[in-house]
Order: sequence, then structure tokens, then C-alpha cells
Amino acid sequence: MKAKFTILTLIALTGAAFAAPQTFDFKDPKGVNNAVFKLDAPLEAVNGSANGISGTVTFDPENPAAVKGKIIVTSDSLTVPNSMMNTHLHSDKWLDTAKFPEITFESKELKNVKTTGEVTTADVTGTFTLKGVSKELTVPAKFTYLKDKLGQRVPNQKGDLLVVRASFSLKRSDFNIMPGQMEDKVSDTIELTLSIAGASPK
Amino acid sequence: MKRILRIIALILIVGALAVWAATGANRGWTKNKVQIKTVDEVTGLEGIQWQDKFVPGVDLLAASTLGAGVLVGISFLFRTKPK
Repeated sequence: MKAKFTILTLIALTGAAFAAPQTFDFKDPKGVNNAVFKLDAPLEAVNGSANGISGTVTFDPENPAAVKGKIIVTSDSLTVPNSMMNTHLHSDKWLDTAKFPEITFESKELKNVKTTGEVTTADVTGTFTLKGVSKELTVPAKFTYLKDKLGQRVPNQKGDLLVVRASFSLKRSDFNIMPGQMEDKVSDTIELTLSIAGASPK
Repeated sequence: MKRILRIIALILIVGALAVWAATGANRGWTKNKVQIKTVDEVTGLEGIQWQDKFVPGVDLLAASTLGAGVLVGISFLFRTKPK
């Protein structure tokens, strides 16, 4: 009986040791991480992307609901296909990238957490900051934990990967981006899609 | 001179139309960058890079048509020489 109790205790402790939260770094040396944005417009939708992604997320595969983190997008990495439009986008009338160099999302809590295998979906509530304005947003997100896959991406490096995907929309007027102006030319609604992978080396 | 201006106007419109059609007949705005997408095999993520490439749009067609119209308009200022 005592031996059985000891064995069970050892198993529990070993499991707890492997269940430690891991910190994933989202600065991607391969440049794959990106955020895509789209705004409707009469002739053609404004489609662009940003790849200046960084930040960290703490994720415990045994307790996915406890995920916490902050993702940062460098605002001057936002790019659209037309150079003149790009200049306007970065100007003080729109994103004012010189004054507000970062767009951030910092998570506070997760709800509706569902885990199937290595995939966890949840509604992530956090603070989204754009052009110096911070607002609480709830964003549906999908986390895919790829154990021991870092070596396949970065040679001679052992570790895990965490892929995060999220799609949501917000209104530019809520963030003081030309509020109430040019809505007949550029939609107030911005559709955003985040596709990023973080690494946790061992 | 009248005839020369009108020929230039025609060349301008036809040339712009030919370049526009040859570069994919883009029905949106003129672009000077295009997206190059690649898929990361490990994560399944689609990476996006930008490549410099000029793709004329309908705004360029409109500008060419306007330019041709101006040339034709100017051509009317020249008198036709009596034969």
C-alpha cells in the first residue's frame, strides 16, 4: 500500500514537472509571421500585411486556459501594394507610425477553452492598442502546440513551437484613425488575420 | 501639327491599353509591389513577402485617356491648311 502510494506520488510529481508553462518567442527569423489587414473600398479593397511581429506568450500544454502573453506589431511594417497609399497609411493622418511605432495585443483571460489533441480554441480577451488608443477586445483564437518541432524549422535547435491564428475585425474610428472621414472611400471596418508561430527552445 | 497631335494621342491610348492588357488587365489601382506567398511546411503558415513590380491599373488608363483628350483638344487650335 505504502509502495503504491509512493509510486503514484512520484508519477504525479513527474507529470507536474513536464506540465510547466513554456515561454514562446514570436520574433520569427524566417519572416513567416504576419498580420493581414483588409479594408473595403469602392474600386478595390485595400489589402496589406505586416511582418514586423514580436512578443512572447506563456503556454502550458497541460493547462491551455492559463495562456498569457503580448504580441507586438511594428506599425511601419504595414505594407500596401501602392507606394503613395503606403506613405499615406504611415502618415500622421492615418497610423502616424513615427509617433506610435507599435500595435499591441496583451491577453488578460481566456473563455470557452476547448482542447482537442494539440489544438486549443478559445476566446481571448485582452487590451488592443493602436495609434495610442487602448481598448478591450475579445478575439477568437486557435493555438496549435507542436512539441519537438522547432528542430525542423531551425537546424540544430531543440524545442517546441506554438502556432497562433486569430481573425477579428475592429473599427478604425474607435482608434482615432480618421474618425468619420472618407468612409465612402475607405471602410471604417478593418478585418485582421494573425498567423504567427512562436518558438520555445530547450 | 494637328495630325501629329492626334496621332500621338492615339498612340498614347493604344499604348496604355496594350501595356495594361499585357500586364494582367488589373481592374484595380496601379500597384508597384506584389505579394509573394510561401507556405511554411512545419507550421502550415502562409508567409507573405513583398516584391517590387509595376502593375498598371485603371487609374493609369484614365490618365492616358485624359492626356490623349488634352492633345486632341489642343489639335483643334491648329487650322487645317487649305489645299
